[in-house]
Amino acid sequence: MTKSVMTRAGLFTRAAPQQLSRSAGGGRIDRSKPVSFTFDGCSYRGYEGDTLASALLANNVHLVGRSFKYHRPRGILAAGSEEPNALVRVGRGARAEPNLRATQVELHEGLYAESQNRFPSLKFDVGAINSALQSFFPAGFYYKTFMWPASMWMTYEHVIRHAAGLGRVADEHDDPDRYERIHAHCDVLVAGGGVAGLMAALQAARSGARVILADEQNEFGGWLLGEADVTIDGDTPAGWIAGVVAELAAIDDVTLLPRTTVFGYMDHNYLTLTERVTDHMASPPAHLPRQRLWKVRATQTILAQGAHERPLVFSGNDLPGVMLAGAVRTYINRYGVVPGNRTVVFTNNDDAYRTALALDSAGAHVLVVDLRRDLRGELVKSVRAAGIEVLSGHAVTIASGTQHLARVQIAPVNEGGSTVLDDPFHMDCDLLAMSGGLSPAVHLHSQARGKLGWDDRLLCFKPTTVHEASFNAGAGNGVFDTEKAIADGLKAGGAAAKAAGLTVSDTEAPAIEAPNQSWRPLAAWKIGNGYGPGQGPKAFVDFQNDVTASDVGLAAREGYQSVEHLKRYTTLGMATDQGKTSNINGLAILADALGREIPEVGTTTFRMPYTPASIGAIAGRDIGTLFDPTRLTRMDEWHRANGATFEHVGQWMRAWYYPKDGETMQDAVNREVLAARTTAGILDASTLGKIDIRGPDAAEFLNRLYTNSWLKLGIGKCRYGLMLKDDGMVMDDGVTTRLGENHFHMTTTTGGAAGVLDWMEEWLQTEWPDLKVYLTSVTEEWSVATLSGPNAAKILQAAGIDISLDTADFPFMSMREAHIAGLPVRVFRISFTGELSYEINIRARHGLALWTHLMAAGEAFGLTPYGTEAMHVLRAEKGFIIVGQETDGSVTPQDLGMDWIVSKVKPDFIGKRALERASMAMEDRKQLVGLRTRDRRRVIPEGAHAVLDPNEEMPMTMLGQVTSSYYSPNIGGSIAMAMLKGGRALMGGTVYLPMLDGDVIEAEVVEPMFFDPKGERING
Amino acid sequence: MLLITCPHCGPRDESEFSCGGEAHIARPLAENNLTDAEFADYLFLRDNPKGLFLERWRHAAGCRRWFNMARDTVTHEIVEIYPMGSGPASQAGKAAHAASWRRDTAAEAAAKPAPKARAKKEQVS
Repeated sequence: MTKSVMTRAGLFTRAAPQQLSRSAGGGRIDRSKPVSFTFDGCSYRGYEGDTLASALLANNVHLVGRSFKYHRPRGILAAGSEEPNALVRVGRGARAEPNLRATQVELHEGLYAESQNRFPSLKFDVGAINSALQSFFPAGFYYKTFMWPASMWMTYEHVIRHAAGLGRVADEHDDPDRYERIHAHCDVLVAGGGVAGLMAALQAARSGARVILADEQNEFGGWLLGEADVTIDGDTPAGWIAGVVAELAAIDDVTLLPRTTVFGYMDHNYLTLTERVTDHMASPPAHLPRQRLWKVRATQTILAQGAHERPLVFSGNDLPGVMLAGAVRTYINRYGVVPGNRTVVFTNNDDAYRTALALDSAGAHVLVVDLRRDLRGELVKSVRAAGIEVLSGHAVTIASGTQHLARVQIAPVNEGGSTVLDDPFHMDCDLLAMSGGLSPAVHLHSQARGKLGWDDRLLCFKPTTVHEASFNAGAGNGVFDTEKAIADGLKAGGAAAKAAGLTVSDTEAPAIEAPNQSWRPLAAWKIGNGYGPGQGPKAFVDFQNDVTASDVGLAAREGYQSVEHLKRYTTLGMATDQGKTSNINGLAILADALGREIPEVGTTTFRMPYTPASIGAIAGRDIGTLFDPTRLTRMDEWHRANGATFEHVGQWMRAWYYPKDGETMQDAVNREVLAARTTAGILDASTLGKIDIRGPDAAEFLNRLYTNSWLKLGIGKCRYGLMLKDDGMVMDDGVTTRLGENHFHMTTTTGGAAGVLDWMEEWLQTEWPDLKVYLTSVTEEWSVATLSGPNAAKILQAAGIDISLDTADFPFMSMREAHIAGLPVRVFRISFTGELSYEINIRARHGLALWTHLMAAGEAFGLTPYGTEAMHVLRAEKGFIIVGQETDGSVTPQDLGMDWIVSKVKPDFIGKRALERASMAMEDRKQLVGLRTRDRRRVIPEGAHAVLDPNEEMPMTMLGQVTSSYYSPNIGGSIAMAMLKGGRALMGGTVYLPMLDGDVIEAEVVEPMFFDPKGERING
Repeated sequence: MLLITCPHCGPRDESEFSCGGEAHIARPLAENNLTDAEFADYLFLRDNPKGLFLERWRHAAGCRRWFNMARDTVTHEIVEIYPMGSGPASQAGKAAHAASWRRDTAAEAAAKPAPKARAKKEQVS
């Protein structure tokens, strides 16, 4: 019957089928609010309060995805975040999000979802051929199959990526949604709002703690919401929960976060939470972000994550229609969905009997198959009293069906379930509810480096000691019984409040009535199927990664004895579910294969995130233009109005060049470069780093910081300085000016400004705290216009500067305070072009006024604005280096031919001793040279490598690289600088620069000085 | 994400700080001669211990001040935070300081103005 309904649903794509598996009443869904949704192009109806999974099951849709490796049909296994199979893609266009667990997707009107990992369709998938070829896909088959030839890897990878992988990301990459980040602090963070978590939060809150309670579900209560056989203080679970939540909500210091997953637990109680704010809404209000990332620093944490039910490992256990028993109960009681009519409950413990009773009450036929022989206890009696047949010492050995469970094979088995003792019988059924015992969800505890211990009775790992200020409570602590879990939560809440320095409230635990059951499962890890070892239909351990029991056995036989190796080799416990349902079964089967005990084999480390977190939430609003600040100079408006193109220099936007109508970049740069040498150019140099240095020891400090001498620099004088790291390598350069006896103005490179300030602070604070020096970054305080060229002085005069510009009165490398158009300015006569040059500094806010005033004054002289590209060409014509272009952190002043700037008499400066190392004098160090191409029109690409013999066999002996290369209109040819091994010894010789296309550029090694080598133009 | 108590600003997230690596590496004075190998101890060699580590940190996105911190590299426990220019006060910090191989290096000795002291000693004898 199930199959025929599914087929019909597939055929009539527009019709919304009835919810055939919906119970007549009950559940926490709102039957007055029907909701329509679309899955794989077919419309369905569900109710508000449904998850996508419960609504699909209500419509008898079990087949929801194809598996990762074998493309086997897969259905819904669980009812919570541990779901390994039902991964769907939700939403359309740019809003599509892959790999969401259908069990966590709340239904809303118009919800659009698709299955994943199937081609061309869910019911007919060509990849399923992998399943037929199963013997070719053993554990580690990627490693074995795609090893050789190495050159084929790119091809393999393409095919693998297409065939494997999980969901597809959105087709459009511009996410239209908004995300937020929020920082929060609290005394107690409670992760998980089941009984234990609620009780813990209540106790902590009553004790006066600031509490954050987060739960991944849409409402608090956890598993309790799916139990119909429990009363708390005489009330239904839902009634009791509502009371507790109401009390918590009324307390100001309590923050309740439903739909919020605590997904990461980091050092010092720092936790990250994703709150799904609007994902459940059909039409979210505009003011809300889609998701919020909470970054919480908690004084204490209480981890009440609950437990995950384990599947049983038997042949065919992955068929749609095979579900976890606890999940089946949740679907019946919480969602009013009965996922089958002819049902088999297969268990090794008492808890599944509650599911048998729930199925029976819902009107389904039930058979209980229990691996245990000796059945005792109230639940077993209740089940038998209800007229349900119970087979003890039996197992479901094989489940079969094509796209849905159709029949099971049941046989008597030995104590551990591994051996079939007698002939099996067959039974038709459409639902198998399995229970292999519970595993505490210790993910957060483990992320926080808490230790785990094996519980021999409960057959699970549970927390033993914590590493952070943290408590475990409830099922996550191995306390599965409702009454005990509440007591455990109460205890943890009190302990956390006490640890946070509060007085613990006197709270009594509520009275619980619940079935009296044993929580001890039978150890039965791998169920026999009557075939030989490793034969017969596949029995899955990890559903999400398609890891079978035989894969684990194979890995053990191939020598993967460590559980960490097993994980990587078989991929067990990887991917989005992080082994929530598979870890313990995998470990147990490995332990068995190795002949060791489970605790000896140990566990793998759980990684964050607990469930996948969207990148959008992590990025928050730090995207697009808000990713990093963009810094603009005060003249930016003028540059834009005058057609400048820009380049990024660090965070700054600098004018790159100013193309006029029809000009190419090269045309524009040539024009700007020529103007600066024939009349005058003007550059916006506001971005240069500027540091104000004051204090009685300022000169002494500079003397130690720079390689040259600073003590005797006169007031009003400028000096160029080179700054080294203590390893002797150049780190920055710039001109520093003495403004007063104890006052200097330092300039740094644009990109190096922040780093240089930090560097200076470091030395002052950590090495020379005795020096009285105070540093202030003043980069943003000054706007700087650099006038450069033979007419620079005339333009300044035309602009009305109120000082004499005579070289005698205002010599090179000095500073004068003056006024231009009534505004006070500092004028520095320094030059990065080799021309007569003035760097005019003005209070930042007057930058644009100064610039436009100078442009007007210079109009008659043909004053030309030039950008950073022309600046580079002009300085390269003079052989001036740029730190970070010619240098790369491995270059000394000597390598640059700048020995002249390194003091031989100063007792010490940063880098001095390192420069004296023997290795610094080696002749084959890379040294700065100029390159003059034989073909004068040919500009060498920057980064090109030079060789002596272009005919040498590859790999050739490389001399070094071209660091700067331009066409120089002033020279009428190509110029370049390069760092070449033993470069100065090559002077006058020829080097070759082989290009990728086989072409070879030939160049002569020359002095890195192409224009005005005697410096005659500096005074105009 | 460590919670670091800046001596000037109070407890703040690690993301506001930058780590400056091993603390208590004295810079040899230029007046003392060292071989290249001895100098390399100062210039290049840095510890990476398992356990307590004395480090320099800076409140980069705050007051920009440097300080010392004794942090366990395994547990991430911050044992103490103490000012630049002083040594650790805790027993564990003192022990880690004393146990460092660096205490016996010529580079560390060369950070002190040794010759004068030696001259004085010679006068006494």
